[in-house]
Amino acid sequence: MSKIHIAEKPDGHEGAGFFATSLDKAVGLARKNSIWPLPFATSCCGIEFMALMASHYDLGRFGSERLSFSPRQADLLMVMGTIAKKMAPVLRQVYEQMAEPKWVLSMGACASSGGIFDTYSVLQGIDKVIPVDVYVPGCPPRPEQVIDGIMQIQNMVGNESLRRRNSPEYAHLLAKYGM
Amino acid sequence: MTTTDTTLLTTIHEKLKTQFGDAIISAEQHYDFPVFVVSREKAHDILQFLKENADTQFQFLTTMCTLHFPDNEGQEFGIMYQLHNMPKNWRIRIKTFFSKNDTSIPTVTDLFPTANWMERQEYDFFGIQFKGHPDLRRILNMDEMNYHPMRKEYALEDDTRTDKNDKMFGR
Repeated sequence: MSKIHIAEKPDGHEGAGFFATSLDKAVGLARKNSIWPLPFATSCCGIEFMALMASHYDLGRFGSERLSFSPRQADLLMVMGTIAKKMAPVLRQVYEQMAEPKWVLSMGACASSGGIFDTYSVLQGIDKVIPVDVYVPGCPPRPEQVIDGIMQIQNMVGNESLRRRNSPEYAHLLAKYGM
Repeated sequence: MTTTDTTLLTTIHEKLKTQFGDAIISAEQHYDFPVFVVSREKAHDILQFLKENADTQFQFLTTMCTLHFPDNEGQEFGIMYQLHNMPKNWRIRIKTFFSKNDTSIPTVTDLFPTANWMERQEYDFFGIQFKGHPDLRRILNMDEMNYHPMRKEYALEDDTRTDKNDKMFGR
């Protein structure tokens, strides 16, 4: 009995030798099972993320085997750790350099809200500079929690309309961040 | 905890007294540290003397930091220099106090190159002006920051935080 898990096919019409479904669903299926993250790990959450990538939790199972510290070909920006105000322009630049479509996961209390570092030097949540799709609470979150966050992102990716990134709502969202 | 040995305090104090007289305001033993409070005008000369005198040889500036006591009228700010004599393993502290209306002090970068970054940090966090520093600009905070955050008049907490429940903080 093989343990290989294959992604479920989307709804569609099938017959002998053909299968018809909408382009949205086919593209969503492909995207959601090959999310390439860009880890922006600045502190302890980054260590937790290393555990997530290692053999025990193995994020590679979700099609995220390919990490790179470059905005090229990255779909998911994972911000893990305290973001100082001095780092905020760098984070924003990395986000802007990523090609559409892109998603953002904010891991841990610091990235999501500044955490315990309620001081003059720390950005009180990365949503002050870039839009965020999923917040993972915890200090630090266990790898299971991050896997849950990644699966939430997968759901969003799989169900996203192909036109969403061209919609006026999306333009309005980016305009709120001055992009 | 052994009994505190004050021989170092008295030796250094006598040397400084004969050399600088009234510029030495006080000399006390804090635990195992001799602490000398000196006048700001003479601080640089005293450090130079301690460094170059053959008997003292305090040639290493371990650290320096700024003190801020808002309640001390006319003596709100201070600078603490911690010196180390490596051959004899002596350590002492030199403190100097001054008013918040005139937070300038002569630089010691000409004596200790390491003071360059230390003084930049003190300027960054407290706004102390070091006269004669070769490159006095912020070192840790953002260049756009328009205040000196470690001064006591500024709140410890970030005022951009919007999700705080005062009940959780006993307020």
